Amino acid sequence: MDFIVAGFLKAIELLIRFDPSTWTAVSATLKVSTFSMVISLATGLPCGFVLGYFNFKWKRSLRTVLDTLLALPTVTVGLLVYALISSQGPLGEFHLLFTLTGIAIGQTILAFPIVTAITASIVENIDPELKLTLVSLGAGKKNIIATCLWEVRYGILAAAVTAYGRVLTEVGISMMVGGNIKYHTRTITTAIALETNKGLFADGIALGIVLLGIAFAVNLSLSFLRKQ
Amino acid sequence: MNGKKLISSLLAVVFLVISANTVLAEKKDLMMATTTSTDNTGLLDYLIPYFTEQTGIALKWTATGTGKALKLGQNCDVDVLLVHAPSAEKTYIKNGYGKDRREIMYNDFIIIGPESDPADIKGKKISNALVDLKKSSSPFMSRGDDSGTNKKEKQLWKNAGMVLPEKEAWYIQTGQGMLATIHMAQERSGYTMTDRGTYIKYQDQKGGNAPLKILVEGDKILLNQYSVVTLDPGNCAGAKYDLALKFSDWMASKPAQELIGGFRLLGQKLFIPNAK
Repeated sequence: MDFIVAGFLKAIELLIRFDPSTWTAVSATLKVSTFSMVISLATGLPCGFVLGYFNFKWKRSLRTVLDTLLALPTVTVGLLVYALISSQGPLGEFHLLFTLTGIAIGQTILAFPIVTAITASIVENIDPELKLTLVSLGAGKKNIIATCLWEVRYGILAAAVTAYGRVLTEVGISMMVGGNIKYHTRTITTAIALETNKGLFADGIALGIVLLGIAFAVNLSLSFLRKQ
Repeated sequence: MNGKKLISSLLAVVFLVISANTVLAEKKDLMMATTTSTDNTGLLDYLIPYFTEQTGIALKWTATGTGKALKLGQNCDVDVLLVHAPSAEKTYIKNGYGKDRREIMYNDFIIIGPESDPADIKGKKISNALVDLKKSSSPFMSRGDDSGTNKKEKQLWKNAGMVLPEKEAWYIQTGQGMLATIHMAQERSGYTMTDRGTYIKYQDQKGGNAPLKILVEGDKILLNQYSVVTLDPGNCAGAKYDLALKFSDWMASKPAQELIGGFRLLGQKLFIPNAK
């Protein structure tokens, strides 16, 4: 039990002291998670909308595939990206292995199905009355889509928060693709794995608290956004 | 979505990836794959800033087992290796993956276990100790990851005239780094084989009073040699051979050797420099 209390005190100490290895891990985590979220939202939201709003032939099968991808294990994504960007892989010439970009690619693959699937579900469940009302009011197609999107804005926020939670806390991709290089690709989660391996539980818990703090800050600002 | 829109959104994604690459870009430095012992002990954290200061070369490293480190070199994902499996290294060079191998430092392997020593191996020769370990069926933690330590341990079982007891319940393959494996052995009050450097680090963490003690040591076969291996440009044209050679030269140089000798915990040397 001692090391849980010790970890809490250590977390405060590490942050106040501006411990460079802690802060570089925090910044690496924020950088990769932000980039993977921007890209997965930019691609996942339109895909999810199309999937939920329109009816087409392969819709059901596509949804099943997508729902399966929600269970994508991070180590599998890690392995896949590793194979793609290793020097021997098809994208080897870009030298992305052991870089933050490599991790961001993996995390995008992880987040994309979550954003897409949740957006599709939400759009699918829009009240059919709404569309009818809009049509009867003489709204054009563009207007209908815009109004529907506005209606589901909180749902989309929920999709983003869920995906962000997964991206922020994954360790498999960061470890395999990033290589856990100190001051470069060491993220908070890989640092926790390392400290635990070294038997330094207090340090690990300290980093865990920092990670929770980030998640709390993000959710707090989103809930503020919601109230407005 | 029509064709034009599809193409433009694809282009947007490509653009995002490229811009991500520039913003997230790190300087392209010398990349090394090494074993967990040089990293876990803190040797590299202590040594590499001197290297960067004296040569202006930034060095990054990923710590993994020697087996995987060699593989990373073979795939050209790193530029240079600091490893400890001499016979595997020689084969590696013979196969055309490695170019130069330079011995830098050594320590030795030891068997550690609980003070009560249920298998009664204290002070015995390594082969006899392994036979007794098997007889007693006390938990033994093996790295099980084809690291340098694991390669040596497998060889020792063979030398003692036994097949590797990998299917026995008491033979536990952790698949983790050295320090993690020592901690697992401590939790289970079991035995394990480690390099002396990592053991001293573990002792230091426990404030000099570690539950696991050195039980077997001193056999000639337990020598643990660390070497820098550069990659053969014939196999990896992209690897930074010149910088790798500079690193190798520096590690063997007098100032670096003195720094390695000066790296101590609890007053003990973790690695003993022996470059020629």
